Amino acid sequence: MFGTAKRDTALLIIVAILTLFAPFLLNPFPAGSAMAQFNAGYPDLMQRFVIFGIFAIGFNILFGLTGYLSFGHAAFLGLGSYAVVWMYKLLDYNVIWGLPLAILVSGVFALMIGFISLRRSGIYFSILTLAFAQMMFAISYSDLLGRFFGTTITNGETGLQVYTSDPQILIDSWERVPHLLGLVEMRSTYTLNLGNWSFDFNAGYYFCAVIMILAFYLAIRIFRSPFGMMLRAVKSNQQRMNYTGLNTRPYALAAFVISGMYAGLAGGLMAAMDPLAGAERMQWTASGEVVLMTILGGAGTLIGPVLGAGFIKYFENIFSKINDNVLHSWFAFLPDGIEDFLVVIVHPFVGKGWNLTLGLMFMIVVIFLPGGLVEGGQRIARLFRGKPAKNDAPDGSKTPAE
Amino acid sequence: MDAILLQIINGLDKGSAYALIALGLTLIFGTLGVVNFAHGALFMIGAFCSVTLQKILTISTISIDETQKDFLGRPLEVKTPIIENWFGPDIGGAIINWSVPLAIVFAIPVMLVIGYVMERGLIKHFYKRPHADQILVTFGLAIVLQEVIKYFYGANPIPTPAPDAFRGSFDFGALLGLDTALAYPYWRLVYFAFSAVIIAAVFAFLQFTTFGMVVRAGMADRETVGLLGIDIDRRFTIMFGIAAAVAGLAGVMYAPINSPNYHMGMDFLVLSFVVVVVGGMGSLPGAVLAGFMLGILQSFASMNEIKAILPGIDQIIIYVVAIIILLTRPRGLMGRKGVMEE
Repeated sequence: MFGTAKRDTALLIIVAILTLFAPFLLNPFPAGSAMAQFNAGYPDLMQRFVIFGIFAIGFNILFGLTGYLSFGHAAFLGLGSYAVVWMYKLLDYNVIWGLPLAILVSGVFALMIGFISLRRSGIYFSILTLAFAQMMFAISYSDLLGRFFGTTITNGETGLQVYTSDPQILIDSWERVPHLLGLVEMRSTYTLNLGNWSFDFNAGYYFCAVIMILAFYLAIRIFRSPFGMMLRAVKSNQQRMNYTGLNTRPYALAAFVISGMYAGLAGGLMAAMDPLAGAERMQWTASGEVVLMTILGGAGTLIGPVLGAGFIKYFENIFSKINDNVLHSWFAFLPDGIEDFLVVIVHPFVGKGWNLTLGLMFMIVVIFLPGGLVEGGQRIARLFRGKPAKNDAPDGSKTPAE
Repeated sequence: MDAILLQIINGLDKGSAYALIALGLTLIFGTLGVVNFAHGALFMIGAFCSVTLQKILTISTISIDETQKDFLGRPLEVKTPIIENWFGPDIGGAIINWSVPLAIVFAIPVMLVIGYVMERGLIKHFYKRPHADQILVTFGLAIVLQEVIKYFYGANPIPTPAPDAFRGSFDFGALLGLDTALAYPYWRLVYFAFSAVIIAAVFAFLQFTTFGMVVRAGMADRETVGLLGIDIDRRFTIMFGIAAAVAGLAGVMYAPINSPNYHMGMDFLVLSFVVVVVGGMGSLPGAVLAGFMLGILQSFASMNEIKAILPGIDQIIIYVVAIIILLTRPRGLMGRKGVMEE
């Protein structure tokens, strides 16, 4: 079906079902109960799941398939956001104008940056992309282009937003927030109450979710195409490819541009959910985050990046909400001394210390589980099936797995 | 003429910091072949060695002085650093005042140990792994180190003053017999001299000692040196410690120039990588040269005359130069053939 193999179709259908029913699946605990803090089914967080899912799927096309580690992909995310907000400012709040432009602009920039960066490989490539991203961050953070031309382009530190004085030539009087073709506002949410449970169905989330499913489908097609095979060949032995008389650079460049466009789309969607764009989206820590998502899920696997994005965004949300009071209530069943001791131990890792947990997780995954969550899942599955571990088991660091 | 001179000396202190960090990065890369994204964190830890020593030295006893009253008429609490009780106010005060230079003595063993532990505990296991994995694990380590420092010292910059003797500025104009005054803070001059000494020491160590000779041989051909029956791994581990110490010392002395905060290392790291790439991966003189060159270039770009034509060029000049150099000389200024060519 859809021109994919049976397994891939099954994977696509599973992903589609999971994303479309996410409002139910992510809200397993009744509202108001003690476990409700583990619910993730509210629109803002669900939107972040799918948007970063798109970002990571795109990054994986570059890193997972070709092995080129870009440390500057956040630049395209920021570009996408700026493009969409500019369309709000010039035309109107319809997201349909901005998103194609976001993809186009980030694609053009990816072409330029990729053309230069791909002249080198390995560590040079990482540093070059990092330098480009930092340069673009500096330009947009101080609005250097805008100062050069004597107008506002990125609006510097404040971030780009829509003002009533903007031209907005297509705008209707009723428009105040981003919408799709005037049919539905992105923020509109239908809440379904079933007993103690309440489920939010947000228009913006479903818009992003449909786009993510399409993006995922496209990624499957790329992975299974001759082009995808070529990218894997670039990863496994570029030199041999060159000896066979094949110029690998156009293939790597194409992968770079495609993943840049994915990032631009994700950035555009961020602005479509919330009509703001800021330079901090371009900072290199943001680039590091998407690398982390891809690695954590499993680089080179289809489902891995989506899993990684969801995993990190979920735990970021949960961990940063936990404070000492919550910890005390968790450990309340223990004797007082042990309770206080455990709270002191756990305290640095939660709340504001979430980044510490993130860094540790990053290291642990890279050290012990280079194939990420997908490899972990495969190992556990093998354990349950009771088969002896095969020596030629897919090694995520070298061969792209399924 | 004097404006140009001023920009050159202004660029020296930043250039010194870039050169020192890039030197350490190149040492690690040249010996162990590892790309260390946690090197900026080592610089930051060095700066926090200064902060820590200052905090330790100013641990105080609180006594109540009946002769002085505060504005409510109660006896005033007087804080006396313990060290002043031990050595008397004169010597004790001087020790506190000189805490930043003293921190050098404190930082060298600390940084050597951190470097040694880092190499033996973590980096060692990554020699056979792809470069991407090395980047990722050291990147994770950098986040962890940064967050640990943030947990203990908070997120705000901590002012760490230089000794009183180096407050104020030095007039370069008078020295060179120019009419205009070229004021230059003393501490920056000290920083430049200090880094020049460190760089000279590292080069002398590699050039004139037997240990350095073996290390250089190992950099050229690790396998052959190993076959000659020399335990090259142990020496490379020590080199990692030395590289960490160089980054740490750069941080110790940098603390009075910029109050240390937990993310200062990351800010410097990105630029230092650019410096290494411009200088040529694996080339020690290249790293030093590129460090000073880019520091000076950056200070030229922040001249008002240039900013009037191209606003904000000072923030992106380094990246622009790096891109131009990599496009015209892909190996960097002094890069050797065969290093990181794959």
